[in-house]
Amino acid sequence: MKNREIDFSAMPDDLGLFAGFGGKYVGETLIEATNELDAARKKYMQDEDFLAELGDLLKNYVGRPTSLYYATGLTKLAGGAKIYLKREDLCHTGAHKINNTIGQGLLAKKMGKKSVIAETGAGQHGVATAITAALLDLECKVFMGVEDIKRQQPNVERMKLAGAEVVPVDSGTGTLKDAMNAAIRYWSGAVEHTFYIIGSVAGPHPYPVMVRDFQKVIGIETKKQILKAEGRLPDTIVACVGGGSNAMGIFYPFICDEVELIGVEAAGFGIETGKHAVTLGQGKIGVLHGSKSYVLQNQDGQIQEAHSVSAGLDYPGVGPEHSMLKETARAKYVSITDDQALEAFKMLCKTEGIIPALESSHAIAAGMEIASKMNKDQIMIINLSGRGDKDLSHVLQVLKSKE
Amino acid sequence: MNRLENKFEELKKLGQKALVGYLTAGDPDIETSKKILVQACKAGLDVLELGVAFSDPVSDGPVIQKAAHRAIANGITLEKTLGILKYIRQEEIDIPVVIFSYYNPIIAYGIERFANDAKAAGADGVLVVDLPFEHSNELDDFLDDSIALIPLVAPTTGEIRMKKICEAAKGFIYMISRVGVTGGGKLDVKPIAEHVAMVRKFTDKPVSVGFGVSTADDVKALGSMVEGIVVGSAFVRIIEENGHSHAIATMVAAKVSELKEATK
Ligand SMILES: Cc1ncc(COP(=O)(O)O)c(C=O)c1O
Repeated sequence: MKNREIDFSAMPDDLGLFAGFGGKYVGETLIEATNELDAARKKYMQDEDFLAELGDLLKNYVGRPTSLYYATGLTKLAGGAKIYLKREDLCHTGAHKINNTIGQGLLAKKMGKKSVIAETGAGQHGVATAITAALLDLECKVFMGVEDIKRQQPNVERMKLAGAEVVPVDSGTGTLKDAMNAAIRYWSGAVEHTFYIIGSVAGPHPYPVMVRDFQKVIGIETKKQILKAEGRLPDTIVACVGGGSNAMGIFYPFICDEVELIGVEAAGFGIETGKHAVTLGQGKIGVLHGSKSYVLQNQDGQIQEAHSVSAGLDYPGVGPEHSMLKETARAKYVSITDDQALEAFKMLCKTEGIIPALESSHAIAAGMEIASKMNKDQIMIINLSGRGDKDLSHVLQVLKSKE
Repeated sequence: MNRLENKFEELKKLGQKALVGYLTAGDPDIETSKKILVQACKAGLDVLELGVAFSDPVSDGPVIQKAAHRAIANGITLEKTLGILKYIRQEEIDIPVVIFSYYNPIIAYGIERFANDAKAAGADGVLVVDLPFEHSNELDDFLDDSIALIPLVAPTTGEIRMKKICEAAKGFIYMISRVGVTGGGKLDVKPIAEHVAMVRKFTDKPVSVGFGVSTADDVKALGSMVEGIVVGSAFVRIIEENGHSHAIATMVAAKVSELKEATK
């Protein structure tokens, strides 16, 4: 494995680059804001009071540590590796997204900002931001594509209940990419008093590294838990990749270990149909939303529409650290179609009594396939990034239309 | 000296300011766009900013966003944009032209290939909205001395950064008039004056102000402070509102003449 030769801890560099990926490719208006944010995060991530406050909220508000659950039903069904699930679905609001929003929300407070904005696809990051804003007494606007508003109605209602304004975005395909465009444009006009809480390890530096640092609690806990349960590290870790935050969160603490890391992208209707979100697998290097990374685009450099049944994976970009992990072959990326994810969704409900988010269902589907080819003495951990209550009506509708 | 420097020198001698016009190449379609561009230049633009359409223009307001989408829907690409530039050079348009783009289409085209082809097509400058100072050598290293990489400064740019940007600047400095995206809003002259004063501390290069300039009064007010005034959305809106009219090029040209008068 090459990971011994690469100094992952030296990344990103001062320009925010992970071996050439990342950086801050944004308009001049936003540059100083990203510089200020970088200074603030460096200061507070070493500040004991800040870390204590964050730790307290993660424990008592979010409900951390989340459990690492030995899934006997899945293990039996796969017939290979022992499968554990890291239960991020048990976080308050139902997904890992809140680990990051609490972190950024606290940072916003420390920086004296009174209002926050966010983009959202599945609505999980929007809900987490809205709820964080309610908790920390911040004003909150969430930008959400009109298409996603339709398929994630319950989350729209939750955001509103928490006092957030949901701003519908109808440009482009009305999905996550367009919501992020709208959020960046709004931020460009309000940058002096507004904190932009980005929901994944994407965006201009320092967001990718900052969001990863707020999410790495997933992997840190996982490591302790698996050592306690098994007395050794796992062989393989599997996580779904939209922007890539739950995956970076669980991968990062294992990056220097001999552990196989597998990211799962959404293959939508199938790679051959062109309607997918397989950014790392099918994209080309480019710049989208402030960082250099793999991007789904046509040969003229126009961004392509992504497609996935899961709104949280329906994104033509990916966090730059994943591009680096792909290029260095430290992580491997595979993909799962809508149909496979829906099958895994149903299977997990039946087998374990756990309703997974559609995003996480991609990780389950890939994990099951890979685990079945592993030995019984091997260990796999799948990051169950969120719960699927938000997806129920959408899943039922899709399944019905397939009958 | 390249065309840009010559132009600002020439206008200085005439006691005029530069009217810098932004138009998205290929808007509303390639053939109409060629006509609009030639007529707009002939009607008195001093500098043309030739916009490269991009699907996700996050620094632009709705008017220029829609222009990009119209142009893309009608087949524009960066390659064809350079073709349009070649065409207008053949039509004996000799004013300086700055290619105005987002970074991704340039990466997709190939940075070195772009640098060569832009020069061959007759560009005098390149401005890449989302390629800030710290990453600018990625492109600048490939541009030869006849093409200036035009820097942007914003009201949010702090002094230390402003100094670095100004010291490295070539061509002119593009000063963003206010915090926000292109188009819309009312021009607030007072903060702009303060901002110009800060830029002048660090450079004697010409300064052009843009974002939110739409009327002859705006142009006059800014003309007392800076060497160039950039107008974009106000021209592009004419195309949006009159997309199918045969007179569209004449209408844009009329607006150019009106605003050019205000720079004298
Ligand atoms: C449950 C869940 N998992 C995964 C994702 C994808 O995001 P990321 O790749 O940043 O973890 C989302 C995004 O909305 C989500 O809600």
